[in-house]
Amino acid sequence: MPSARPLSRPRHRARRRERASALLTAARTPRGAIGLTMAAVVVLAAVIGPLVAPQPATALVTLAFGKPSGQFWLGGDYLGRDVLSRVLDGGWVLLVMAVCATAIGIAGGALAGVSAAYLRGVSDGIIMRSADVILSFPQVVFALLLLSLLGPKLWLITLTVGVSHAPQVARVLRAATLDVSERDFVRAAELQGMRPGKVMVKEILPNLVSPLMVETGLRLTYSITIFAGLAFLGFGQAPPAATWGTMIYENRIGLSQNPWAVIVPAALIALLTIGINTYTDAFARVAIGADRRPEEAALIGNLGQELGG
Amino acid sequence: MSEVEGRVAQPSPTARREARLEVTGLEVRVGRSGPDVVRDVSFAVQAGQVLGLVGESGSGKTTVALALLGHTRRGLSITAGQVLLDGTDLLALNPRDLRAARGARVSYVPQDPSSALNPTLRVGTQVREALQVHADVVGNAGDAGDAGDRVAEVMREVYLDPTPELLHRYPHQLSGGQQQRIALAMAFACRPSLIVLDEPTTGLDVSTQRHVLETVRGLCRSYGVAAVYVSHDLAVVSGLVSDVAVMYAGRVVEIGSTARLFGEPVHPYTRGLLGAVPSPERAERLTGIDGQQPRPGRRGDGCSFAARCEYAIDACHTEAPELLTVASRSVRCLRARDIPATRPERLPVTGLFVPAETSVLSVRGVAARYGSTPVLSGIDLEVPPHTCVAVVGESGSGKTTLARCVAGLHSNWTGEITFQGTSLTHGARQRDKSVLRRVQYIFQNPYTSLNPRKTVSQIIDQQLQQLTGLSRRERPVRTADVLQDVSLAPDVLSCYPDQLSGGERQRVAIARALAVEPELLICDEVTSSLDVSVQAVIVELLRRIQSERHLALVFITHNLALVRSIAQSAVVLREGVVAESGPVEQILEHPADPYTRRLVEDVPRLTVIGGLR
Repeated sequence: MPSARPLSRPRHRARRRERASALLTAARTPRGAIGLTMAAVVVLAAVIGPLVAPQPATALVTLAFGKPSGQFWLGGDYLGRDVLSRVLDGGWVLLVMAVCATAIGIAGGALAGVSAAYLRGVSDGIIMRSADVILSFPQVVFALLLLSLLGPKLWLITLTVGVSHAPQVARVLRAATLDVSERDFVRAAELQGMRPGKVMVKEILPNLVSPLMVETGLRLTYSITIFAGLAFLGFGQAPPAATWGTMIYENRIGLSQNPWAVIVPAALIALLTIGINTYTDAFARVAIGADRRPEEAALIGNLGQELGG
Repeated sequence: MSEVEGRVAQPSPTARREARLEVTGLEVRVGRSGPDVVRDVSFAVQAGQVLGLVGESGSGKTTVALALLGHTRRGLSITAGQVLLDGTDLLALNPRDLRAARGARVSYVPQDPSSALNPTLRVGTQVREALQVHADVVGNAGDAGDAGDRVAEVMREVYLDPTPELLHRYPHQLSGGQQQRIALAMAFACRPSLIVLDEPTTGLDVSTQRHVLETVRGLCRSYGVAAVYVSHDLAVVSGLVSDVAVMYAGRVVEIGSTARLFGEPVHPYTRGLLGAVPSPERAERLTGIDGQQPRPGRRGDGCSFAARCEYAIDACHTEAPELLTVASRSVRCLRARDIPATRPERLPVTGLFVPAETSVLSVRGVAARYGSTPVLSGIDLEVPPHTCVAVVGESGSGKTTLARCVAGLHSNWTGEITFQGTSLTHGARQRDKSVLRRVQYIFQNPYTSLNPRKTVSQIIDQQLQQLTGLSRRERPVRTADVLQDVSLAPDVLSCYPDQLSGGERQRVAIARALAVEPELLICDEVTSSLDVSVQAVIVELLRRIQSERHLALVFITHNLALVRSIAQSAVVLREGVVAESGPVEQILEHPADPYTRRLVEDVPRLTVIGGLR
């Protein structure tokens, strides 16, 4: 009988492997490549900077607001320290703090958002209303309040910013989870007697990879600007340590004598945030195509492929 | 029946001369020069006649339908051909003239009226708008007084009573059938020469469908409108149209009079489609067409059907067939002259309803609610061992709710559900694993019932891990066995669901259920999101598995015709209560309840003069 013969036909299996590697696909698009390059330059400078800095970051080696010279490429800062060395030295703490705060925000937000949407009912109410309470404080004001109460400790700044991210992440992921948890495969898992926690981790979470990645990129840029901003306001590493935000604040009075002491750290922050944002945007565009309902994706995928080839 | 007069086969020269619509060499491509989606499509329709455009999803039938209005979906373009309507080529018109022609000379009725009507406008306003946009064609309909009369007139034509109350409603306040009638009224309002209907009855119940079809047929005949009716449902088409064009992979593979094509099909694809149509009259094994259509750009050099064709010879894979005239119709098949022009025979299904003392599942006095809305009341249902019981009902009858109550997915019910002698708790969370394992549920839509981020092997393995005590080493063996049972090749194991066709996905879902060796299988509309040809394969698969494994099966469906090929007994639900239950033959041949009788009468049948065995 014809219906009994096993199906075998050529499959185009490699086609949708990009699922797992949408990050790579995004990097191959012009938008993604530009964004990734911008961000990578800054990260590289921040990571290997301390190793290659020509001078100690806190040593008074030149004149206050000294003009750039062969020895001091970016001149001196308001105390006569080497700007280049301070720039190279001042990035990595910012990056580490931004990554930590983002991790806290994403983890907490995802946990809250996914549970609220999947469990519904009372849990949903409690979780989301608590999120609203945090959300009602402006992020920077919230951070400033805690800092002025407890003192400018780096871990506290990081934690505060991370926690203030969580409600916004929770909202986005709650919406995404509502859509996913309506699908029948979640019912199928429930019929297997799977416990709610396991359903969320094993069935729902893998379908939230795209919104999670986009949210991560976005929160990373926010963290960086908030930390730089707080440093500018004096909440950050204590002087004489170099950080980009502090440098902008310290050297702004000498803008006419040696503008590089302000421009370079500002440009690096801008380059990093714009780069991450651009790359995130590229990823979102790739991921949206892959995340449409399967029927649609089949059609769009084919058309796109055909058009591209 | 009334459709008989309409189906007088016209010799093609006369048809050409009197044709209102004549399509020649239509070609639609992806982009301007990409692969062809539709190629070499030619047909003609006379005034007052309906041409059926049939085929599986992806065959290009909707693309052709839209091209008749000079429209394509985004990314496609019409690259060749003519659409001659009363002698003028619609495709050669400038955008302004084309816009004037749409709605006035050629109109379109979409598949889903609920999304085609503007939800923010009252239906009376929408119908009036259709008239006012083409006021020059309709005459003085622009005048306020006259417009009201015309609106009432077009509403009456589609058997809607144009009371002010109805005209003041919003689309969501109407039933699906009424919505589709409004869409029809708008399409016929300007007395077009051509009307294109894209599966207009797909979402409707059989009785509503029948009324809508009769309206279409009557309107086309009385106003001399040529119509093109796109459908995947051969039974619906057979009662409505005079000529049929069967499409496959963007080509017309067989075209001719309905009587010829459905009575004595020649093309293996047409034969396959007909073999897949379930019959409410006879208990037969359905023969579907396995596999999937090639997509645009992957259709190869030879006949694109060759890979699925049981008649294929070597030449079929290399040589593209041309349209040949064989047995008074045109066929695109190299072997057209070798294939007998007969209706394919189907094997009868054996296995009658045997009343049994015991029941695997017994449902007594079950009532269910959604919130405070009662959905089911006083439901009694017995499923004897080794028996398939069909639960039949129109949309809103509560059939899916009943299935979900039994499975434990809906817990707001009262009454008693007993499985193998033990009473079932309400929600799945309170049931122990052995009950969860023995009662398996297959979902309606295989596009959402499989996790898109897991491979087939992970999907089945998880089921085994959760519900059986099989070891890490035993599980792949069981998985391989069960895949073979559902006729899937082992290479699907590493596939993600979106790499599979709808039919393959549904097989994976069936395999997942069978893997844990259930005793009761609940199939909730498992074929309603599949093509008819694939539906036949899946139903036959379920029938075979049910009889081989001596399973008890609850088969939920809205399609009464399908019941005969799989079930031994049936329960008809109407608005949450049991209208009638009993052996399938009795229900389909001697329905006692007036509702069941109407339902049985309204089932579309493949009616072909001279073609019936």
